[in-house]
Amino acid sequence: MNTSTTKRPPVSWGQVFTHLGFIVFCAVSLYPFLVVVGTSFQNEGEIIRKGYSVIPSLLDFSAYKMILHDPTTLIRSYIVTIGTTALGAIAGLWITASYAFAIVRKDFAYRKQLSFYVFFTMLFNGGMVPSYILMVRWLDLKDTIWALVLPMLISGWHVMLMKGFLQSVPDALYESAKIDGAGEFTIFTRIVLPLAKPALATVGLFLLLEHWNDWWLTLLYIENENLMKLQYILIRVLRNMEFLNSAEAMQYGLVKEGQQVPSLGARMAMCVLAAGPMLVVFPFFQRYFVQGLTVGAIKG
Amino acid sequence: MKTLRKNGGLLLLALPGIVVLFIFQYVPLYGLLLPFKDYRYDLGILNSPWTGFDNFTYLFNGNSLQRALRNTLSYNFVFIVLGTSISVFVALLFRELGRGGVKVYQTVLFIPYFISWVVAGFAFRALLDMDYGVLNQVLGWFGQEPIMWYNEAKYWPFILIVAAVWKGLGYSAVIYYAALMGIDSEYYEAAKIDGASRFRQAISISVPMIAPIIIMLVILNIGKIFYSDFGLFYNVTLNSSQLYPTTDVIDTFVYRSLIDMGDLGMASAAGFFQSIVGFVLVLLTNYIVRKVNSDNALF
Repeated sequence: MNTSTTKRPPVSWGQVFTHLGFIVFCAVSLYPFLVVVGTSFQNEGEIIRKGYSVIPSLLDFSAYKMILHDPTTLIRSYIVTIGTTALGAIAGLWITASYAFAIVRKDFAYRKQLSFYVFFTMLFNGGMVPSYILMVRWLDLKDTIWALVLPMLISGWHVMLMKGFLQSVPDALYESAKIDGAGEFTIFTRIVLPLAKPALATVGLFLLLEHWNDWWLTLLYIENENLMKLQYILIRVLRNMEFLNSAEAMQYGLVKEGQQVPSLGARMAMCVLAAGPMLVVFPFFQRYFVQGLTVGAIKG
Repeated sequence: MKTLRKNGGLLLLALPGIVVLFIFQYVPLYGLLLPFKDYRYDLGILNSPWTGFDNFTYLFNGNSLQRALRNTLSYNFVFIVLGTSISVFVALLFRELGRGGVKVYQTVLFIPYFISWVVAGFAFRALLDMDYGVLNQVLGWFGQEPIMWYNEAKYWPFILIVAAVWKGLGYSAVIYYAALMGIDSEYYEAAKIDGASRFRQAISISVPMIAPIIIMLVILNIGKIFYSDFGLFYNVTLNSSQLYPTTDVIDTFVYRSLIDMGDLGMASAAGFFQSIVGFVLVLLTNYIVRKVNSDNALF
């Protein structure tokens, strides 16, 4: 006659306190974001009087209206970011998966060497200066779209992650396919890729996140305004306190000369417009990220 | 030749990876010669004249590197100790709450993982802004003078530690929590029969069982102890030069030497030092761990 209530111990005080602790902790963790969003809807006068706040006394869209009045910079930057992210993620995924597939195969003669070849890059690298010279002097990639894609195509950690996933595919599958006369390329595209969908989703999402959030490559290699990624535009906005009143903003066409603009709220609105959409999307795929992190940490 | 033909298919599949790794990871290693050269763009690395250790003497005699070195090591030490213990603690609490209660907290604490340090810079700016920020408003309520956060270096060790823990907690707690979920429940049942308290179970079962993962992540972090998360020190601080005494780390120092000052010799010498010492440290920690318990070693 055991009911579920007798099996489950009553909620203890300890658990109540733990819950309370976590609720406070989570609220504190989210608070800075809420201030950014709240301020973007705040009236300029109110910001100057009372400072940034989570809940504006009345919703004011003038910051958004001002940015969206002439959104050329924003749209161009979105296009650059989406383009490089898509290219980087697709090409990166192919390269990572095919490399991992090769080094996971027990019958591959160069398995050990190529595993070491990629593992070594995780332990040792030349650092910023040699890479900079390589990109700028030797490959002449400064101010090209390639500078935003190529350096992040493959990373040791992604290969290890993919390898961790592919290890669970039974070898017998490859052997029987080989007996049927399939080449390695066919095995990879027809058998491995369809089977490895969760792995591809995980590594693909990591690649998307890294490319999307990247500002470093723009900082180092891009001076052409037309090739700047969103996160880099945000650095400029963040740095420059009175960005939208500055000559630079006029040059971007964000502001007409002599016009008084809501610069404080606009800065936060720019952040919301540039970073907001993906910040809403990524948490829906959190399951894959968690799976990736644990596979990477435990099997990698 | 026969092995080559037999493995040709797989080799061809691995080829793009081999080439990309070669160009972007192995070719730059050649640049490790740079600090020993007086690099001239027109001559290239190999033909530039040798300078011996001049760049290093110059670098180590200056105060900037010593400051950056001290900051880098202190921050990383705190991040490893504090970051690891807080994450393990949170993971243990997650376990106490059971699967149902955890989901929401895990999702919320994970959000900072998805943002870039640039957006984190905005979030901190909202709190620390000297004219309109939330913290100075709060100080105002208590009749205190506002603090010029971005001009005063002494507050930054604390701010940066909070920022690093805030951004990394969700993700590292999840790793430890997943490991805790993998522990066979029989251990806990046996402990319950013996009358062990929940606290005792956490200390004597949970922590030892996830020790290999803790150790592995700590080794990886020790190997990176000369490296910093550039974005944290560059974006959250708004790269304010008044804060350098407590916020300048090797990575920001190398970046500044290279991009702002164009001092290739100094930048490459600092980078060389970072690469070599970092590598030696990984090998050393791994060696020690292997001696103590070979199962926990990375390689």
